[in-house]
Amino acid sequence: MAHWAFLIPLVPAATYFVILLFGKRFGERCSYIGIGALGASWVMAAINAYQWIDRREIVRESVEWAQWGSGSIRVGTHVDGLATMMLVVVTSVSLLVHIYSLEYLRGDRRYTHYYAALSLFSASMLMLVIADNTLALLTSWELVGLCSFMLISHWWEDKDNSNAGLKAFITNRVGDVGLIVGIIILYFVAGKTFDIDTINSAALSGTIRHGTLLIAACCLLAAVCSKSGQVPLHIWLPDAMAGPTPVSALIHAATMVVAGVYMVARLYGVFFAGFSIGDGGMNLLALVGGVTMVIGASMAFVQNDIKRVLAYSTISQLGYMVAALGVGAWTGGVFHLFTHAFFKACLFLGAGSLSHACHHTFDMREMGGLRKKMPTTFLTFTIGTLALAGVPPLAGFWSKDEILNGARANDFPIIMVLGFVAAIMTAAYMGRALYLIFFGEYRGHAHPHESPKVMMVPVTILAGLAVVVGLLNAPFADYRFGQWVKFEVEVENLYGAEGAVAEGEAAAAAEGEHAAEGAAAAAEGEHAAEGEAGAEGEAAAEAEGEHAAEGEHVIVHSIAEIKELAPGETVLFEPEEHKFNIGVAGSSVAIGLVGLLIATWIYLLRKAPKNLLLVNPFRALHTLLVQKYYLDKLAVDGIAKGTAGPVADGSYWVNQKIIDGAVNGVGVTTKKYLAPFAYEQLDQFVVDGLYNGLGETTKGLGGAFRKLQNGRIQRYGLWLFFAVAILALVVALLA
Amino acid sequence: MVLNQFLLLSLFLFCTGVYGALVRRNGVLVLMSIELMLNAANLNLVAFSAFYKTEISGQVFALFVIAIAAAEVGVGLAIVLLLYRNLSSADLDRADSMKG
Repeated sequence: MAHWAFLIPLVPAATYFVILLFGKRFGERCSYIGIGALGASWVMAAINAYQWIDRREIVRESVEWAQWGSGSIRVGTHVDGLATMMLVVVTSVSLLVHIYSLEYLRGDRRYTHYYAALSLFSASMLMLVIADNTLALLTSWELVGLCSFMLISHWWEDKDNSNAGLKAFITNRVGDVGLIVGIIILYFVAGKTFDIDTINSAALSGTIRHGTLLIAACCLLAAVCSKSGQVPLHIWLPDAMAGPTPVSALIHAATMVVAGVYMVARLYGVFFAGFSIGDGGMNLLALVGGVTMVIGASMAFVQNDIKRVLAYSTISQLGYMVAALGVGAWTGGVFHLFTHAFFKACLFLGAGSLSHACHHTFDMREMGGLRKKMPTTFLTFTIGTLALAGVPPLAGFWSKDEILNGARANDFPIIMVLGFVAAIMTAAYMGRALYLIFFGEYRGHAHPHESPKVMMVPVTILAGLAVVVGLLNAPFADYRFGQWVKFEVEVENLYGAEGAVAEGEAAAAAEGEHAAEGAAAAAEGEHAAEGEAGAEGEAAAEAEGEHAAEGEHVIVHSIAEIKELAPGETVLFEPEEHKFNIGVAGSSVAIGLVGLLIATWIYLLRKAPKNLLLVNPFRALHTLLVQKYYLDKLAVDGIAKGTAGPVADGSYWVNQKIIDGAVNGVGVTTKKYLAPFAYEQLDQFVVDGLYNGLGETTKGLGGAFRKLQNGRIQRYGLWLFFAVAILALVVALLA
Repeated sequence: MVLNQFLLLSLFLFCTGVYGALVRRNGVLVLMSIELMLNAANLNLVAFSAFYKTEISGQVFALFVIAIAAAEVGVGLAIVLLLYRNLSSADLDRADSMKG
């Protein structure tokens, strides 16, 4: 199956066009086409996973995509444990979401369009996970962004919804620039290749200068921040709740947001070497993840909309994954991605079921006491909540524990503390949601009833998975998950090869030509060594194929170990996996239970003082959280609106607020001496003159160009011919 | 064979085409002027191809240009027809609703 992996995304992608072209003819039946396609993909992914467990040998298939004089780009599929796991997760969740939508979206005015976009969404994510080079990764990355935009603003007649779609899209663009720059940097430093394996191996083998690698990793981190909702680019994620609930489940569980985490896991060599993850202490990747998990969890407390609670919870859990990768607990991070997908999809679909019953509201203040009326939803939601809170033996416990244990073992004490803080908060806000929805008296005005079977069956399946998947990496299950899914890349020790120049220097010129031309660049006379190191780098990349055939290499866990090898020796790099630790597990369970007890005390027993929120510092904290740490305000009012206005407006604003303010401030303090001068001469004449002049110039230029746009096609033609004539004249004169 | 006479004819045709396309107000006549320009280019292709006797691709290209020009004029006439329906005239100056 692995040789035919390209079929897995191809089937839903084809469905997209079928539904789009024949949607009118099929009407509501087109949903079955979508379900059928995803079903086929799921079967293929399952077969692939089954075969992977026996074989565990990476399968690569590629074809020539573009070719030019000196090189070519190949594109293909790369099926290893990580890809296999992601294929299973994405197809499973997507299939269940497809089925769930049958009822949830029934009678929607853009039903066919919805199913078409859902198919493309799944297809792009599937393509992302099996991509073997960074260009294909980028393409599907952008496709995922586009599909999320289409689905979030599915009900675009409402201005809020279309704004939410735009916010998601534009925030993601910010990170995408980082991704593009990162990919370009890696292309050049890894010896002109887009191939992910080669890049990883080059990054770890020391052929790339550390500073360059750090910059590339930071660029990629920006992309992770936007796609995976890390602080400070997480602001789009709660707003993305404007889309239909099944879409939220898909975005938050299997596609879109995990794309960033997946990218870190896939290009782990670059991050590991770039951020020096093996050194312990602290690094940017872990810091971003650590801050995100606490900030996300804290904001979940003040939300009344159940979907927003879950959205902030997703942000917080993504923080866990990124922090796990940041502390070197690769398996822990990927395992958390795996388990989180199931219980978060279960929670989201449960929230959809609640809204379906309660007259399309997501407001928890209008729910309550639903335990008796919706028993299935209650049961599944409780399982999801407990899994998220990390209660053993449910899924979240095993993965969260592995992350915390990794932070402890790899010497990241701050991340471990942040992890525990976020864990107690997670348990508490999920407890709050559970009690507000299912306990107490019903506070709404609808007549809640259990949702139909076609909705509840997918939720039940997901709840069942949320119970069992965590056991895959449990100690008594022999850590099977860690054996099936691991990051491994062949690395050759090229640190300080030959001339033993400073490790980065030797590596700077991974490209052979560069080193050959090196004489000009390296004036210190080190270029001879550079040349040889560069040549070896290329040879290593070519020789990789042969090495793979030999199999069995020594396994190393850190860069220090690579440096100790004989120069040129090839080994297999794998991040270390830390086994179960009873101390960490015990404390995390205890902390989770404390969180749940706090929630019980406040929201079920109602024992907390009533006016707690009216006294400082609780009131200040509450306001800060409701205002989302003012990050949204900064992004929307400060950055977006600031740049949206024309230049003239901007200049005027600067003039009025900043220059006038500053000048007036000076004027007031030195009123007697400088005020008349400052006001009449400096402010009115010079400063106003400057800014008015700037404004007028912009306006005048605009007016001048406006005249060109007279709508007369022949006038445009005249300019065109005129320009071409000048160009022809220039060419003729130069030739 | 002298190349110049063909090139001069082509130049004349092209200039006529440019003049017509820029000056005529009637959409149909503008389309016809564009055809003139295309045929001027065709003439060049054929002339060069005949001049360098071993080279046949110029004539092949001319055939392609003729085929594509036919398609282009089909689209163009459809646009002019729609213009006429909406504005009840084919005068291009009246179609200026895109002005800034």
